Amino acid sequence: MENTIDKDYKTKRRFYQCRNSADYIWGLANIVGVVYALSQYHMLMDGFEKAIIVCTGLALIGFGWVWQTIRVFVTAVALVSLFAVSRYGVMIDLGKTDFFLKYMLASQSAIMWMSALYVMATATYFFNLLTNKSFSGVVATSLTWTATGMGFIGLLVRWRESYLIDPEIGHIPVSNLYEVFILFSIITALIYLRYEQRYKTRAMGGFVLTVISAAVAFLLWYTVERQADIIQPLVPALNSYWMKIHVPANFIGYGSFSLAAMIGLVFLLKGKMEAVAPKAFLTQRLPELTLLDDVMYRAIALGFAFFTLATILGALWAAEAWGGYWSWDPKETWALIVWLNYAAWLHMRLTKGWRGNPMAWWSIVGFFVTLFAFLGVNMFLSGLHSYGGL
Amino acid sequence: MSASVDSSFRPLSLTALLIRFLGSMNLAITLLVAVAIASIIGTVLQQNQPYPDYVIKFGPFWFEVFKSLDLFDVYSSVWFLVILGFLVVSTTVCIFRNTPRVLKDIRDYKESAQLKALRRMSHGHEWQSGFSRDICVERISAVAKATGYRLVVKSEAKQLIVAAKKGSGSRLGYIFTHIAIVIICIGGLIDGNVPLKIAEMTDKIQVETRNIPASQVPLVSTLPIDNLSFRGTVTIPEGQKANLAFIDFKDGYLVQRLPFLIAVEDFRIDYYKTGQPKSFASDLIIYDKELDAPLYKTISVNHPLEHRGYTIYQSSFGDGGSELRIKLWPLKGANRSDEIRAVVNTPFALSLEKAEMTLEVLDFRPINVNPDITGVKKFKNIGPRFQYKLRSATGEATEFINYMMPVEKDGAKYYLTGLRHTPAEDFRYWYLPADSEDGVDRFMRFLALLNDETRLKKIALSALPKQADSFLPMAEDQELVAQFMVGLIKQFVEGGVGLISAQVKAAVAPDKQQEISSLYAKMLHHFLRNVYWVVLQEEELDPTLGLSEFDERFYEDAVAAVSISHQYDVPVYLDLVGFNHKEATGLQVTRSPGKMLVFPGCLLLVVGVFCMFYLPQRRFWVIVTESQDNTQLFLAAQAGRNPYEFEQEYSALEKALLLQLGTERTD
Repeated sequence: MENTIDKDYKTKRRFYQCRNSADYIWGLANIVGVVYALSQYHMLMDGFEKAIIVCTGLALIGFGWVWQTIRVFVTAVALVSLFAVSRYGVMIDLGKTDFFLKYMLASQSAIMWMSALYVMATATYFFNLLTNKSFSGVVATSLTWTATGMGFIGLLVRWRESYLIDPEIGHIPVSNLYEVFILFSIITALIYLRYEQRYKTRAMGGFVLTVISAAVAFLLWYTVERQADIIQPLVPALNSYWMKIHVPANFIGYGSFSLAAMIGLVFLLKGKMEAVAPKAFLTQRLPELTLLDDVMYRAIALGFAFFTLATILGALWAAEAWGGYWSWDPKETWALIVWLNYAAWLHMRLTKGWRGNPMAWWSIVGFFVTLFAFLGVNMFLSGLHSYGGL
Repeated sequence: MSASVDSSFRPLSLTALLIRFLGSMNLAITLLVAVAIASIIGTVLQQNQPYPDYVIKFGPFWFEVFKSLDLFDVYSSVWFLVILGFLVVSTTVCIFRNTPRVLKDIRDYKESAQLKALRRMSHGHEWQSGFSRDICVERISAVAKATGYRLVVKSEAKQLIVAAKKGSGSRLGYIFTHIAIVIICIGGLIDGNVPLKIAEMTDKIQVETRNIPASQVPLVSTLPIDNLSFRGTVTIPEGQKANLAFIDFKDGYLVQRLPFLIAVEDFRIDYYKTGQPKSFASDLIIYDKELDAPLYKTISVNHPLEHRGYTIYQSSFGDGGSELRIKLWPLKGANRSDEIRAVVNTPFALSLEKAEMTLEVLDFRPINVNPDITGVKKFKNIGPRFQYKLRSATGEATEFINYMMPVEKDGAKYYLTGLRHTPAEDFRYWYLPADSEDGVDRFMRFLALLNDETRLKKIALSALPKQADSFLPMAEDQELVAQFMVGLIKQFVEGGVGLISAQVKAAVAPDKQQEISSLYAKMLHHFLRNVYWVVLQEEELDPTLGLSEFDERFYEDAVAAVSISHQYDVPVYLDLVGFNHKEATGLQVTRSPGKMLVFPGCLLLVVGVFCMFYLPQRRFWVIVTESQDNTQLFLAAQAGRNPYEFEQEYSALEKALLLQLGTERTD
């Protein structure tokens, strides 16, 4: 009896019981990677950093088991990054002469590729929405994957470059506004790609990628106008293992909230189109309202969970660096405001059962609140968090 | 928070009404919004600044209004704490009201659900199976278990009900998150300055606003050693000790006594090769009666010291009383310079020729890494600088910032001295050209000469032309012309070109103004040049051989500097010539027992949030009825959350059940 069920119905009670050989290879590859990194660089890490790299490995294993596509992606990013690092050797100046580095893989080149590909992907997604040519959809998705890959490669190579410039300068590239904008773009894109696969629709792509394109536009301005791409040493306050977990967790939050806002926009658009022109081709092509509502909820829930985690990690860090887990610093306060905003959103949806346009509008408003917490605070308010000044 | 309000019609008692109000969702949302708005105010309006700054910014009327609303310290204002308190109460009531129901829901399989109710559910399927009732139940159980459900089977007269559920985590998540919020808020309130606030309102403590040594602070402004929670700062010069910390409170401070002595051996700043600071560190020794031996520990940013529940952080640094050797250059009057030795943060009486002043050196920094204006490097160390105030006998003070070394700009070097009258202003800089020895001497001699009327007159007389073809009229009375020239210089020194042209405007007819102005300008420059020649001759240079490019440039810069010298309205320029640096470290000392609640609360919050979103509760029921030749099956399910995702989950479940319990009979 059990055997028939095993055969017919694959999803098992125990997560690890239903792993196939590919899953085990994936797990093993990650373990080997972590062990190798530890054996090579353990003398440069403190206990917390070792714990972080081990947890990152475990998280990657789990992530790859849940989402198979990500394995191919992670493997490709890892191989290409390693190739770039090998081209560098110990000479930072090779970035200007080596063919592969100069035109493709030096962090600055990779990030330029990322920028260009995201803009192309945005256009292709809209083309796909308007023409419904399935091939263009495949192209759009591939472009987004590639752009995201280039973004990750850019950051990973930049991490290495910072050590090549000077080992005492070396640090994870999430320390200033330039670097976190890249992080924001690739995290938002990854979350989007997950939903695209899960809900089997590409109609939201153009809208979500618009936000990423906007981030890319800012990034380019910041590079050209302010030379923000130059690697700077860390200020003493940022020199901590907390940065490695606090910042990425925060950007999962920011990315999800931005995505939710764009889905909110599609929701409103679809609703309007249905009322005005129910037969129009665009109305037909945009996803169902229930689907959009579900994506919006999932994105906000994901963002809220990680934003909660990030804020708490920030508080723990503050307790170690600033002498108190909460100082009512403008950035902290705005994080609280963002948190309260989405807490209220979730309460309204989950306990009051609010749905539809008000929630869509609210998620768009939430985006602006988030945007202020992310950028506005740095631009208009002063405080302890003055690392990403404009 | 509260999912539904019971709709019974019986009249409610006052307590019940109150509890219903406190636990209501509307109140909770209102409070969330209120906290958010208060927080926005607190970030837009800079908090805890000195009161005079607010008066300047908003005017006396709005200052009083804002002050009475506690807007300058929103987060410890009574009204804000009351809102927070209400939020805690509201959440607590919510937990008490809903927890029993949630726990019941977690335990309950709802196996007594009525067919009618099940038929109304969003998902359902009805089919017949060739298997016997028992095999059906067995296979349903197997599928349920394989997909993570737990189940009970209830047998009734004619039928069996299989009730399955999974993912109670989301319900537990609800309880966890709300308890966590209450715990965090209570911890936060313990660490906030509520006790201080109460003590201040009941006049148990009094804020000290005077700038006096800690030993003279009265007891009423001193907090005892057993104070549980505080956040204070103390600046200790190298080689000195302290057993107290200062707590900023309102427009003054309080003194917190500590049960141990902190001695500072050394404070260090390490720099990257690019010049930016890499780390700030202090070597501390803790002397504590409870310790057998003194505790030696180096702290730095991100690496504090914990001792007996107190945490000591590296939070800032400053000057610990450096001794500065300063040359005084009088800007008016005689050409002589005195040297003094002033100590940072110790007032020094300056007796100048024309005035008695007090010099208060505020700060000294030996290394100043600034963005490099030449663009060669991103940052550049522009050398030591000191900041000081000159206070006149009437108490008015002007603040200055001077650099020890000249700074390069457009190919020439200048000494920078910045001046401002109020802290709200930016410094306005006066650029003094550096001479060939990299000093201010030549400029100061030039300026002194321009202020010396007797010598000026001599120069004027000797410079007057003897030939008739000069643009200057052959004066009968050379004395008069010389007098006029000296007067012109005086105007120039006292008010720049602006004063001269104002004089021309006032005295000359409009149609002649242009002509006269340009004549004056020519005369002025001719004469200034003569004065400059004298300065060069004093250096044993011979200007008649022609000026070098450097001397020419110096002349232009010096004239430009003189023309605005009247804006530098103090009689002396302070030239730093040497120093003996002594640093002080700024420590933050805190005690926050609230974190014993806050940190576990945070953990509970994270666990709760993830449970809530990622372990959604799912239920399904199968009613199994056996008839003569087959078994009737009725499947029903409903999702509370994520309906879209449940759709896929349900169809997989239905498919699995149909596969296992299809119509064919295999036995």
